[in-house]
Amino acid sequence: MASDAPAAAPSQGEEGAAPRDRSDGAADDRRRARRSRRYRLDVKWSPYAFVAPFFVFFLAFGLFPLLYTGWASLHRVELTAPTDMEWVGLRNFSRLLEDEFFWNALKNTVTIGLISTVPQLLIALGIAHLLNYRLRGSMFFRVAALTPYATSVAAATLVFVLLFGRDYGMINWALGLVGIDNIDWQNGEWTSQLAVSTIVIWRWTGYNALIYLAAMQAIPNDLYESAALDGASRLQQFIHVTVPSLRHTILFTCVVSTIGATQLFGEPLLFNGSAGATGGADHQFQTLGLYLYEQGWVNLHLGRASAIAWSMFLILLVIGAVNWLLARLLSKGA
Amino acid sequence: MRRAVILAVVAALGAGLLAGCAEDSDEPTGSASNGGGGGKGRTTLTVGVFGAFGLKEAGLYDEYMKLNKNIEIKQTSIERNENYYPQLLTHLGSGSGLADIQAVEVNNIAEITATQAGKLVDLGKTEGVQKDAFLPWKWAQATTKDGKTIALGTDIGPQGICYRKDLFAKAGLPTDREAVGKLWAGDWNKYLDTGKQFKAKAPKRTAFVDSASGVMAAITGSNENRFYDKDGKIVYKANPAVKEAWDIAAQFATEGLTGKFQQFTPAWDQGFANGTFATVSCPAWMLGYIQDKGGAAGKDKWDVAAAPKPSNWGGSFLTVPDAGKNKDEAAKLAAWLTAPEQQAKLFAERGSFPSAKAAYSLPEVSGAKHAYFAGAPIGQIFSKAAEGVPVQIIGPKDLIIAQNLADIGMLQVDQKGRSSQQGWDAAVKAIDNALDQ
Repeated sequence: MASDAPAAAPSQGEEGAAPRDRSDGAADDRRRARRSRRYRLDVKWSPYAFVAPFFVFFLAFGLFPLLYTGWASLHRVELTAPTDMEWVGLRNFSRLLEDEFFWNALKNTVTIGLISTVPQLLIALGIAHLLNYRLRGSMFFRVAALTPYATSVAAATLVFVLLFGRDYGMINWALGLVGIDNIDWQNGEWTSQLAVSTIVIWRWTGYNALIYLAAMQAIPNDLYESAALDGASRLQQFIHVTVPSLRHTILFTCVVSTIGATQLFGEPLLFNGSAGATGGADHQFQTLGLYLYEQGWVNLHLGRASAIAWSMFLILLVIGAVNWLLARLLSKGA
Repeated sequence: MRRAVILAVVAALGAGLLAGCAEDSDEPTGSASNGGGGGKGRTTLTVGVFGAFGLKEAGLYDEYMKLNKNIEIKQTSIERNENYYPQLLTHLGSGSGLADIQAVEVNNIAEITATQAGKLVDLGKTEGVQKDAFLPWKWAQATTKDGKTIALGTDIGPQGICYRKDLFAKAGLPTDREAVGKLWAGDWNKYLDTGKQFKAKAPKRTAFVDSASGVMAAITGSNENRFYDKDGKIVYKANPAVKEAWDIAAQFATEGLTGKFQQFTPAWDQGFANGTFATVSCPAWMLGYIQDKGGAAGKDKWDVAAAPKPSNWGGSFLTVPDAGKNKDEAAKLAAWLTAPEQQAKLFAERGSFPSAKAAYSLPEVSGAKHAYFAGAPIGQIFSKAAEGVPVQIIGPKDLIIAQNLADIGMLQVDQKGRSSQQGWDAAVKAIDNALDQ
């Protein structure tokens, strides 16, 4: 930028000294100088302008909210007067340590995360393996696998609430056929968590299956052929060829699913009918996301909600670190 | 061919996604911004409400637009007050995104009056507002200590007990609404006794009442003192009136008189449709809900009798935020919408009971009968209840206290079979945490 100034200066000096009849040529020079200056500016700054939208949006909607949430978590702030902030230091965090509702929510998040992620990924792997065979209408099955993912959380959950209904739910009706009494899905600790997990599994299995499928198609066919020549069955091929080749993909889906499970919100919220963010009469399926929502938007304590949000962020960072370590171990192993 | 199929599938999925998005985006759109002109030199007024508020459905907007050719009214509605209220607070805090008129639920009105009065127009001074037309306690609820009235009352929720005549007959109880009212007149414990009688001879798989929480809400609504005392201190833990309401409601649960439902859930709706419970505490606005969920099969089976004691549950207000561009026009509209004549029309069309006392003598109210409820003279039943409702002390966190008592404490007793004491302790713990104590 600074180099432009000297380039402009002589042309101005020239103008002052120039006789009248040469004014045309001087104007030409000036125009040329301006053009080259513009060209240099263009080359230098255009790339920044092209990438700027991302950074502007990231600053406005990513970094700023993150930092502001951190700032708010150090204050007592109420939604009734969001501009009145009273400094409390780390109080909002230290109280989480003795907040049994927080620990309950964390425990629920972990258990629901486990009973939804593990079966989900196993089923996805199986489905992907089936879809990987040459079969009639494979396109149809692939799209079908993805449809639950395209359904809105709200719509899916509302249907599941009806399915899991205590008195008139279809699942209890089916269980009744084999002589099992009505189960109060929503009120039991395990039953409610199982029901919430079912919704998660239903929505995300196809999505993960397609990711696995994409990775499976990159596995060279020779490996299967030589395995087949060695007399390996389909199952043995799956275990000894497919799964090892998918190691990195599986790790990736594990991480993504774990992050998703940590942030679980819509399913447990709507599974509670219209009762809101309590996660059941005994908070039996209140996740961290729900507790955050309850503190911020029901109880109107923005500072405490911000502290929970940051705790969740830190938990995710830990998960990220574990992932990085695992990935390093895996690539060393390979 | 193959490509066409893929395109079609992608398009279908895309449409599904869009539909999914559209479903969630029922938020009010920037209303203050289009304040000035609604085309053709008309002023557009926006009204933000929650649930099926009924102003629009009762045709009041259309009527006002006919009377005032320069006004156009648009309404945005958010289904549940829990989602509506925090959004209203954020919008008030930032002074943007507000509708010209914003509705407020009675459980939130004390908090709004205490914390947001500076951001709302003093409607007490608006031309055409008749203070004397309103029930005095309704007027007082939205008036600050220094005499600023920041909201005008729309409806209130005087209660009766809705009951199924067919189930009462099968259980050997009277079915005439006068006689039924006498079964429990004056004492909630008699309501409990009636429940025990019902249970002794009740048809299989039917319960006397839908939920213990509903009973508790009805009883606390009949007390002058509830969760706060006159000085604004939270006293629900020690208040004998709350304790009594709790104990009676808990007995409904422990005696097995309830259908173990949680109110306003799909299962509860199915309970109405299948006639699995015989009574429900029934504010005036609940009649329409029962009619919706009960469907044609319930017609003439339901009736409504007087509650043991006059009691109030729910009701709403209209406010005009200061940040709006059409404050004066909005205040005029709010005054018109809450005038006795309009409240009477709202009652006739939607069953929202007027908070304007002056409306009770209007024919739309005094002569009102509900066809679905066997032609019950609901105007008279609810007028009588409304006039007997005590002037209740309300506080800023009423909603949170009531919600946790019902959805945590009483629900544990009712649905999970915990003891009354365990349920109470759980509720107190949750409330302490919610109130930051």
